[in-house]
Amino acid sequence: MTILRVRGLTKRFGDNEVLHGIDLDVVAGERIAILGASGSGKSTLLRCLNFMELPTAGTVELDGKTVGSERGGGRIYRERDLTGVRQRVGMVFQQFNLFPHMTAAGNVMEGLRTVRRQPKAEARARAEKELARVGLAEKADTFPAHLSGGQKQRVAIARALAMDPEMLLFDEPTSALDPELVGEVLTVIRSLAEEGRTMLLVTHELGFAYHVATRVIFLAEGAIHEQGTPDEILKSPKKDKTRAFLAGHRQFSF
Amino acid sequence: MVWDFSSVLANSDALIAGAIGTVRLFAICLVSGMTFGLVVGLGRYARTRWFNWPATLFVEFFRNTPVLVQILWFYFALPIVAPFEISPLSAAALGISLNAAAFSADIYRGGIQSIERGQWEAARAIGMGWGQAMRRIILPQALKRMTPALTSRAIEIFKSTTLASTVAYVELLQQGKLIASINFNPIEAYTTVAVIFFVILWPLVQLTYALERRMKRAE
Repeated sequence: MTILRVRGLTKRFGDNEVLHGIDLDVVAGERIAILGASGSGKSTLLRCLNFMELPTAGTVELDGKTVGSERGGGRIYRERDLTGVRQRVGMVFQQFNLFPHMTAAGNVMEGLRTVRRQPKAEARARAEKELARVGLAEKADTFPAHLSGGQKQRVAIARALAMDPEMLLFDEPTSALDPELVGEVLTVIRSLAEEGRTMLLVTHELGFAYHVATRVIFLAEGAIHEQGTPDEILKSPKKDKTRAFLAGHRQFSF
Repeated sequence: MVWDFSSVLANSDALIAGAIGTVRLFAICLVSGMTFGLVVGLGRYARTRWFNWPATLFVEFFRNTPVLVQILWFYFALPIVAPFEISPLSAAALGISLNAAAFSADIYRGGIQSIERGQWEAARAIGMGWGQAMRRIILPQALKRMTPALTSRAIEIFKSTTLASTVAYVELLQQGKLIASINFNPIEAYTTVAVIFFVILWPLVQLTYALERRMKRAE
């Protein structure tokens, strides 16, 4: 079952076209790793999928319904449309972006309380469950300032999970972490993969992508350059740019 | 010369009435000025010109005209322009509140702008709308950062209540003037007024410093 269908997705910042007409179908349960050099548009692609950035042209279809409404040849996106989409497409950021004035549990409850209007006890119970899932049950009442980077990112993952998203987007989730903290976050993401969750992951951890992804997309200059299974792309890439990119990441091991 | 406060003490009821008048005017101006300031500040922050332009016009107008002139205008000119009477309290409250709103609006705007974009994105990513994100995520953090600036604004508001004496509103300075003119003791009368202001304001300011320190530690 295709849950996300992207057609002709184009994004321009001023005169600079970052994405040139991306087509992408995501089937439920797929785990897609998006690779590419910096400036290839991989983060922008991800951010267009939950409308952190509004596409300049093209369409994003979620569960068979195209997001936004047509007007004058383009599309307009009302806040109401987008808040609905974002609840179904969770996102985890490179910089965690936890709410510093709320405890870990407060962060995880926030969407349930404010957006879903759930009673406090119910939201709290859910938050504790999600924090336990990421291994942070005992940190429920800790403020972000007292958490390590890896713990912060795990709380951010719990915050996204609490909304029961159909799909999760990870935007370089371990790039801001000290090397010794990367493992704990990857372990959590891997456990989500084992549950069969649909996810798109922009990452530089090629080894992780190889083991966890069901499909790898290599993006170059704002277009999908090459895609296939992890074996096809990471072990026997057909195109020169993909080879050159991988050659620059030789340190990764399977 | 000899300082003689007996004539001032003899009029202590007048001073108490004045102090009550001052505190009442301050409370009105603080609440309405800071609240309306938030509305104007959100307008200044908005990118839509329908909100931005009126807010900017308002701020520029009230920041670049003296409060004293505004109070006199509301008291003497407004009743001629519009068909209603205005009390000294209303005229003073209007002038000081609008001025306070104009100054605090830019404090609010600056505070909101100082919050990292990632906070907006995280709020949006869990499905919050603009209003929800502002109320639950952005403002609580921004208010914390704005406390020092808002505190000094509040002190300014407190002191500017003395301008109400120009329209004969019963507040501390007005009562001091009265006592001085009856007893010919301006030194004692105005000294007393200054001391009363200090005695009320100083503990309040210390309290806000303590609050700020506590908030810093909580982070």
